[in-house]
Amino acid sequence: MNAVMNPVQEQTACACADQPQTERAYVMPEVNIYETQEGYVLEADMPGVSKEGLEITLEGNELTLVGRRQPVKTAEGEPLYRESNRADFRRAFELDPAIDTTRISAAINQGVLVMTLPKAEQVKPRKITVS
Amino acid sequence: MSLIRYQKPEINWGLSPLRRAFNLREDLDQVFDRLFQFPLDPTRDNQFMGGWTPALDLYEDKENLTVKAEIPGMKKEDIEVTLHENLLTISGERKEERKDKGGTCRTERFYGRFQRTFSLPTPVSADKITAAYQDGVLTVVLPKAEEARPKQIPVNVN
Repeated sequence: MNAVMNPVQEQTACACADQPQTERAYVMPEVNIYETQEGYVLEADMPGVSKEGLEITLEGNELTLVGRRQPVKTAEGEPLYRESNRADFRRAFELDPAIDTTRISAAINQGVLVMTLPKAEQVKPRKITVS
Repeated sequence: MSLIRYQKPEINWGLSPLRRAFNLREDLDQVFDRLFQFPLDPTRDNQFMGGWTPALDLYEDKENLTVKAEIPGMKKEDIEVTLHENLLTISGERKEERKDKGGTCRTERFYGRFQRTFSLPTPVSADKITAAYQDGVLTVVLPKAEEARPKQIPVNVN
């Protein structure tokens, strides 16, 4: 009973989970996560990553985002100055159990990944009419 | 009693203490990475003040200088590229487009104005500069001025 009465904001959101990183170094993309009536929205900055370079996996309750950058074309010539990081993006999140994992959707537009994580119907707030 | 701005606590009660320690380490790593990667670059400082300093790359080949800037999530009309003498400036504004203001769990991405200016190592022909924006990366190709291109000088044998 108590769990149902809790404000939505107090439920476990998408918290970041760490995993041992093996073969290569990754960088963490910067993310915004916010909650709506329908569920959660996650936005991640992944410049240089196209649709083909994205790999999103869901294992149990853990969502892993991997974004591989396009290999640099040699046509650009000698690098004189470089600030960008060559490593691919990777970040893992622990999902709120209320999320309906079968309806998660993702889109990438100009290097920003937007994921919509809808909540299951039974946990959505709804009005009960008094008869 | 000190008066500090209220910050929403991170919502990660569901995690074990070990996980939380890992997260803290990751966050600290990020701060130190940024601090030590470019210690002498004053433009980097404003990252700690909440600004945005997009990463820039500069490449050179025989014909062109190529500048790449990582500015994901921009609109074409919000990007500005200007050349004044040999100073190239890339500026713009990333606007927040979210309409539904729900509860925020994490805000790491930056919204607002940014600007980066740097001097080009060689003269370029200003009227032939092209810029393209794809996958959140702006690529500016600056053809070198005629006098800056390498020239082959034929050797005559008498």
